[in-house]
Amino acid sequence: MKKILLVLSLITLPLMAHANLSVFACEPEWQSLADEIGGSLVKTYSATTALQDPHYIQAKPSLIAKVRQADIVICSGAQLEIGWLPVLLQKANNPKVGPGSTGYFEASSFVVRLDATAGVDRAQGDIHPQGNPHVHTNPHNVAIIAAALAERMAKLDPANAAIYAENFQKFDSRWQVAMTAWELKAQPLRGKRAITHHKSWVYLEKWLGIEEVANLEPIPGLPPTANHLSRLVSEFKDGGADFIIRSPYQDARPSEWLAERTGIRAVMLPLTVGGTDEATDLFSLVDDTINRLLGAAAQ
Amino acid sequence: MTIRLAKITFAIIFACHAGLVFADDAEIQSLRTAIEQLRADYESRITELERRLAVAEQNASQASYAAGQAAAAPVGAANASRSAFNPAMGIIFQGQAWHYDKNPSDYAVAGFPYGGEAGPFDRGLAIGETELSFSANVDDKFTAWLTTPVSIENGEATIGVEEAWLETTALPAGFAARFGRFYSGIGYLNSKHAHSWDFADQPLPYQAFLANQYGDDGVQLRWIAPTDFYMELGGEVLQGGGYPAAGATHSGFGSHSLFVNVGGDVGADSSWLAGVSWLDVSAADRASGSGADPYLFNGDSSLVVANVVWKWTPNGNWKQRNLVIQSEYLWRNEDGFYTLPDDPGAAYNVDQRGWYVQAVYQPFPRWRFGGRLDGLSGDNPGAAFDNTWLSPRDGDPRRYSLMADWSNSEFSRLRLQFTRDQAGLGTDNQWGLQYIYSIGAHGAHAF
Repeated sequence: MKKILLVLSLITLPLMAHANLSVFACEPEWQSLADEIGGSLVKTYSATTALQDPHYIQAKPSLIAKVRQADIVICSGAQLEIGWLPVLLQKANNPKVGPGSTGYFEASSFVVRLDATAGVDRAQGDIHPQGNPHVHTNPHNVAIIAAALAERMAKLDPANAAIYAENFQKFDSRWQVAMTAWELKAQPLRGKRAITHHKSWVYLEKWLGIEEVANLEPIPGLPPTANHLSRLVSEFKDGGADFIIRSPYQDARPSEWLAERTGIRAVMLPLTVGGTDEATDLFSLVDDTINRLLGAAAQ
Repeated sequence: MTIRLAKITFAIIFACHAGLVFADDAEIQSLRTAIEQLRADYESRITELERRLAVAEQNASQASYAAGQAAAAPVGAANASRSAFNPAMGIIFQGQAWHYDKNPSDYAVAGFPYGGEAGPFDRGLAIGETELSFSANVDDKFTAWLTTPVSIENGEATIGVEEAWLETTALPAGFAARFGRFYSGIGYLNSKHAHSWDFADQPLPYQAFLANQYGDDGVQLRWIAPTDFYMELGGEVLQGGGYPAAGATHSGFGSHSLFVNVGGDVGADSSWLAGVSWLDVSAADRASGSGADPYLFNGDSSLVVANVVWKWTPNGNWKQRNLVIQSEYLWRNEDGFYTLPDDPGAAYNVDQRGWYVQAVYQPFPRWRFGGRLDGLSGDNPGAAFDNTWLSPRDGDPRRYSLMADWSNSEFSRLRLQFTRDQAGLGTDNQWGLQYIYSIGAHGAHAF
């Protein structure tokens, strides 16, 4: 019996020796941020990839199994994941990460959300009453959320509080420098006008001074229709917009169709880590986003 | 910064003077650049101030939270819980219109008399069942759910209690307990609400063996294994009041079930879920067949269900394109006796089987197309049952169904279904149009 226990512990020891916190991130950007703050103290997992629309995810068995084992769940919130996260939380039987507990971290609740509205009518489409959830596209938000996440991880793993704080300091100083550089580099984008597939970019636009003039979706959440696209053609065939932005999981055809008929450049932005080959972490995500926009604007 | 500001100030003053004389293009250009830079500087400083303001606001709200202020959550910290409204309320409308070649009120499957509300929908237009649901967390350890269908029967509105349960949210070690009235966790389709079915009706084995869905009053315990491989074990003790149980036998503990579900992913495109479950019930005077003159069954009924579901979607991006293939196989044994018109105690011990296989494909957003095959087979209970509906006829019951549905949003769906029914009396072509609309809060759907 003792031998068996010894063998068992030898097998399981290397598995448990590393991570102090098991992190379940709803989207890749939060997995990357958790890696930055947690370093080798955390084992991270992302429920979705950049190729998946985070509004529409199946509450898959594999995700339930991951939430069951998580110490912290990090999601965008503001109802972005309302179609699947509640089922995962209900089915995973893990009180550590239930809404309201220390292990439940809703990134967008730490920043000022744009487009929050009291009166929501579904006739307006898939509107999030608590505001636009795609907060990570403004790096200033990421800095705020990073601070909150470091604090939360320290609360969950007090023995290593100093390490989380140190990791955050390191990340934040690099991030602040990077932000200054991005803001300088992105100067030519100020005042540019964008047509976007979905309202995924409002924070980026506000940050860089880009104006959103139209969406390919007739109302948020509904796929682009032929009717709506032809309206956009007549509205923008003589200019009035500088680029048409979409994310990797969105159908390329509507934006390319519109680009062909208006001469406006269609550009695919990574939206999150892994969205393009270049966007491998939070830093290169912003780098690549700005590079692609500058490339499109230069045409 | 100071130097640049001084330069710009100088430039502006100079420009004002120079305005009297002729300003050349180079000057205008440099002024533009200078002003542009100034604007950029200020804007980035404003952004920085905004950021600091947001941090300060955040800190303030956290501080007030820590101070124990009532619900001092930061800007709309409502979350993934269903209690965004307290309680969350939702209404689901599901009306239909059906056309049959044969009269559906004569519908019966020989050898498999239906119980409860199973069977074809009424002819013509009907609003069917309108489903009201309410849910919220009770406190930090319990959550509650209520579903009340409202329907019109013989001109009178009736309100039912389909589900009314409480569930723990704080049990340790991967356990959760549910108690109240609920749909049993057996099989794949049993616990699915009608509005989330892919076809307007349940497949034959669910209609014949479970009167569409087995729901009852009782307790359920579930456990999830702490592994990356998904495994759920569950068991239930129920009163034994709902079909296929009846009469709340064994002092009201007349029904037991066990189920195990496993699942995982295959690559980035596919996910699967498979399960085996077992249901053992007792029945006292259980009615099935014709409503006016039902057959009464006394005895034990046990059921084993094997189910598998495969979902495919390129890169896991569900919204664009997906395919769902699912199948279930059900074995049933019933051992007891029936009360027949000329024999009050006809011994009955019969094995029966039922199955279905279906595929639903969404080639592009909004549209789905599906096909389903379902069938039943069973032993002959013996000569005592000749000339009754308990005796199967030659040729096993079968149906072939096709459906197409269109969802303008995730809250609305219109469906057309065609079923070629060779289970009832001869062959019947059945056409159905259905709408499913949801307003208010709508809980996320399980896999």
